[in-house]
Amino acid sequence: MPANPILSLQNVWVEYGDKIVLEKVDLDIQPGSFVSIIGPSGAGKSSLLRIILGQERPTRGRIELDGAPLSPECGPDRGVVFQKYSVFPHLTVLGNTMFGLECAQAPLTARLFGSARRAARAEAIAMLQAVGLGDTLDQYPAQLSGGMQQRLAIAQALIKRPRILLLDEPFGALDPGIRADMHALIRTLWRDYALTIVMVTHDLREAFTLGTRVLALDKRRHDPHAPHRFGATAVYDLILDKKSDPEEAEPKAILSEEITLSQESA
Amino acid sequence: MRWVNRHLRRSERIALGALPIALLLIVYIVMAAQRHADNPMDKILPLPGAMAQAMSLLIFQTDQLTGQIIFWVDTLASLQRLALGLGIATVISLVVSLLLGVLPPVRATFGPLVTGIAVIPPIALLPILFIALGLGETAKVALIAIGVAPVMIRDITAHIAALPAEQIVKAQTLGASSWQIMIRVALPQAMPRLIHAVRLALGPAWVFLISAEAIAADTGLGYRIFLVRRYLAMDVIIPYVAWIAFLAIVMDATLAYANRKAFPWAQGASH
Repeated sequence: MPANPILSLQNVWVEYGDKIVLEKVDLDIQPGSFVSIIGPSGAGKSSLLRIILGQERPTRGRIELDGAPLSPECGPDRGVVFQKYSVFPHLTVLGNTMFGLECAQAPLTARLFGSARRAARAEAIAMLQAVGLGDTLDQYPAQLSGGMQQRLAIAQALIKRPRILLLDEPFGALDPGIRADMHALIRTLWRDYALTIVMVTHDLREAFTLGTRVLALDKRRHDPHAPHRFGATAVYDLILDKKSDPEEAEPKAILSEEITLSQESA
Repeated sequence: MRWVNRHLRRSERIALGALPIALLLIVYIVMAAQRHADNPMDKILPLPGAMAQAMSLLIFQTDQLTGQIIFWVDTLASLQRLALGLGIATVISLVVSLLLGVLPPVRATFGPLVTGIAVIPPIALLPILFIALGLGETAKVALIAIGVAPVMIRDITAHIAALPAEQIVKAQTLGASSWQIMIRVALPQAMPRLIHAVRLALGPAWVFLISAEAIAADTGLGYRIFLVRRYLAMDVIIPYVAWIAFLAIVMDATLAYANRKAFPWAQGASH
């Protein structure tokens, strides 16, 4: 049964001056889905993520979260993990994770004391254990590897129980081995916490192995004399059937097919 | 081997660093001795013995007029003015930079004003301060504060504004308000830069202190130097200048040490 979409974009345009980045994007995202967004560089993948995040306002169009218009500002209902700079360098692992709880419970000082602090600490530690950082509570991000920093960024975001988790090329800077570990982690978290995830990536394999739905952004039309006058939109929207374990699904067949598709469109 | 690859051991670095200083001292002593061979009454390049004698009077003996020990009174007066001026400038800089750096409307409103004030040579304001605040301590402290604060504000504001946008966005997705971003994200990350800015401001602060004391004061290291200049008392001026240099080095080293100890997360990172 098709549930109401958790996030809905209707006729969304993003323009910078006379440069059109996204045109006429219509998109409904169902709760519990894992949407991968792929596309060539400059196709507006990150712009799409930024308007969902509330960091930027669309030039035209309407965005609804749970049926209500999205406030044009970032908020705790949408969590985010960037490729870099996602954690606070001056806070320890535990401090980074508790930050979201402290902001919500102490508007003036943004710090907790006594039993409230103990409760937040326990919740943060449980979250950190879920992402495999239970042994590095008092380290600063600079002391962590890239993969551990991203684990921390995920824990930091998830502790707010966001309606949607947005990932902006979260594993792009990691080694292949670490990246595989992170894939396993994010898949587990997605299942255990019943998350709705939108992930921008340039890695096709990653998009297909993780996603339940793959969205390819590209320009439908191309004017060689004014390439900036046409924006990108969703040219492919593939719903992947993942009844079996996603690792045993057949992403490879789709993958090779999609590579030729995207090469043609590029 | 290329010079860019010649890395030195600690002991070698210390020895090499001491070399030019020792050379300079030797050159001075040789020149002073030469002048004294020509004219035993020479006052321009006093010998170390003469300096020690002149200074011992100021350091150990109470002045008959004031009943105080001049050297320590001067030092205390100067340090007090410097600490007050720098302290006020530091607090103002931190608060203003946080507001300017984090809140775009505040930056748009007051950014040009701060830039405008920063380009005024502070010494040019000294007459205004003396007229407005009198010749007492207030004008001297104000000169130091006004002299160093604008540069500090611009530096720290730029540092805060250059914090990665991702961090500010992330803080908002974690529910932080503007105020919470200011005190929990921007403030702690501004602190190492603030201490660094104070270190850099020490030089100008001393310039403004000595200038203010030279023009109107009755105690202070700068006052003394300019007072005894009338008698060509190089045997007092040179030790006083060396003492000022020593005080400045101690302050700088203390701040550098405090920065390393207090903000371990900031070591080796630009942010």
